[in-house]
Amino acid sequence: MKLDDSEQAMLAGEQGPARQWAIEQQIAVGNFFDARDMVPVHQVHIMADTESLGDSGVEFLEKFAGLCWKERHCLVPTVTDPRGIDLESYKALNQEEAFAERERRTIAAFRALGVMMTDTCINYQIIMPPVLGEHLAFGDTGSVIYANGAMGARSNFEGGPAALAAALSGRVPRYGYHLDEKRRGTRLFEVTAQPRSLSDWGALGGVVGRHLESYWEVPVLHGLAARPTSDQLKHFGAALASYGSVALYHIIGVTPEAPNIQSVFDGAAPAPEPVSERDIAAFYRSFGVHADKVDVVVFAAPQLSLIETQSLSRLLDGRRVHAGTTLIAALPPAVKADADRMGYTATIEAAGGTVLQGVCFYNMYARETGIANGWKRLLTNSAKLVNIIQGYGYEPVLANMEACVDAAVAGKMTR
Amino acid sequence: MSDIVIKGHIGIGGAVSGIALVASDNFSARYDLDRIAGVFSRPSHALVGRNYVGRVLILDAAKGGVATSWMLREMASRKMAPAALLLNDANPIMAQGAAFAGLSFIDRFDQDITQAVRDGERVTVDPAAGTLTIHRQD
Repeated sequence: MKLDDSEQAMLAGEQGPARQWAIEQQIAVGNFFDARDMVPVHQVHIMADTESLGDSGVEFLEKFAGLCWKERHCLVPTVTDPRGIDLESYKALNQEEAFAERERRTIAAFRALGVMMTDTCINYQIIMPPVLGEHLAFGDTGSVIYANGAMGARSNFEGGPAALAAALSGRVPRYGYHLDEKRRGTRLFEVTAQPRSLSDWGALGGVVGRHLESYWEVPVLHGLAARPTSDQLKHFGAALASYGSVALYHIIGVTPEAPNIQSVFDGAAPAPEPVSERDIAAFYRSFGVHADKVDVVVFAAPQLSLIETQSLSRLLDGRRVHAGTTLIAALPPAVKADADRMGYTATIEAAGGTVLQGVCFYNMYARETGIANGWKRLLTNSAKLVNIIQGYGYEPVLANMEACVDAAVAGKMTR
Repeated sequence: MSDIVIKGHIGIGGAVSGIALVASDNFSARYDLDRIAGVFSRPSHALVGRNYVGRVLILDAAKGGVATSWMLREMASRKMAPAALLLNDANPIMAQGAAFAGLSFIDRFDQDITQAVRDGERVTVDPAAGTLTIHRQD
């Protein structure tokens, strides 16, 4: 890889061991993907929940946190993805004190590096929305695909250590979705289904994602009559990235790099693959129903926007969650503060629901927390969550927000 | 016994030999594994119930989210990691995770490695050369 003077200095250790580690990691990954050089980034988003970090990851962060400020601070604005523990709620959720202690150490280390603890996966909605063409190092598949697809910004999946490296070096290796030629469509989906609810949009992402083979595929959707909202694209992209492990999509006539079909393919477009209402219905059916009992109803993955939180509070207003069922909503801290101020938190809690902040359900030690609380039969409106949570020992079912709330009140699915 | 050499892209990490654990399925540490027990736990995964610790794990494509990039190193720190990871198609997360963990890792082979290697065969992985060698018992 071609390195500039600053990168050479980092590699030589002239800017301390943290930046040296960072550039070494980036050179290894850059060489792996045949990157020719590095590209500066405007913003970094770090996924670093403590379940993933483990003790070894926390100790790694603490090593850098102990350096002098000049050698340890992030060179570009750096924000965090959800944490593994909500320190205000973990005791009520029967989560272990050891997990909380690991979380406190991680937060202290990140603060020492100058990281802003936003603790959200929807940073693109509530912190600083990406801009067409800007290079970023985003660290959650849902945030990357939103930045690339909905906004036309440029990021690869930068996992926790890679995002940390980007924060310390201020750049990333230039490969994948930083390059014009990698952003062209590879598959065309002709969509006759008309998604309405957030879970419908998630299901659409899941259906398309299940057809995709690898990270390097760029699905193009054509035929959608609806003009999606930001929350709808959020659920669509999060599910598409979760099932397909892809980082970019185009929707003809909706997303900024796709005014028409000709503009997103090199040469003739591939044969269209149909996606119908039947495919969406079959996707829901593939997860079954919980007609006998629902242990836990979850609104998360992605965390809720203020608009989703308002919708949830209206659906729960004056009702009562069944004694045998737990209802959880995971909010970014910034949204939680607004929801508190506007009374949505109080409404949800008055109905017996639990509002968590700064966490998401699957990365808050889902296996241990499920066992501690007797949760197995899970219901959610997140197509992403039903995909992830099976590996943690849950039996997940997908339904729209209204049906999820009805089931939470009845203690089982009634429709 | 005969050696069969399969060429891939230049990879990450050092040379290592071990017993192959093979399936024509995809890989994500978060979605697919019980990392404490060291077994595949996703019910729909082709390797569900199989122990991967110390094995040369051979699968099709990288799937799932970003967590694997932390998790490989964490697994290695507890000596509960595979000996190497080989995929037909990597994504950035697997490469970043392998670089962070020091795990041997190669992708982009000249043939489908999930078909070329038999489950349980002894193999040698050389990321610097980008090769996978099958030590086949005839």
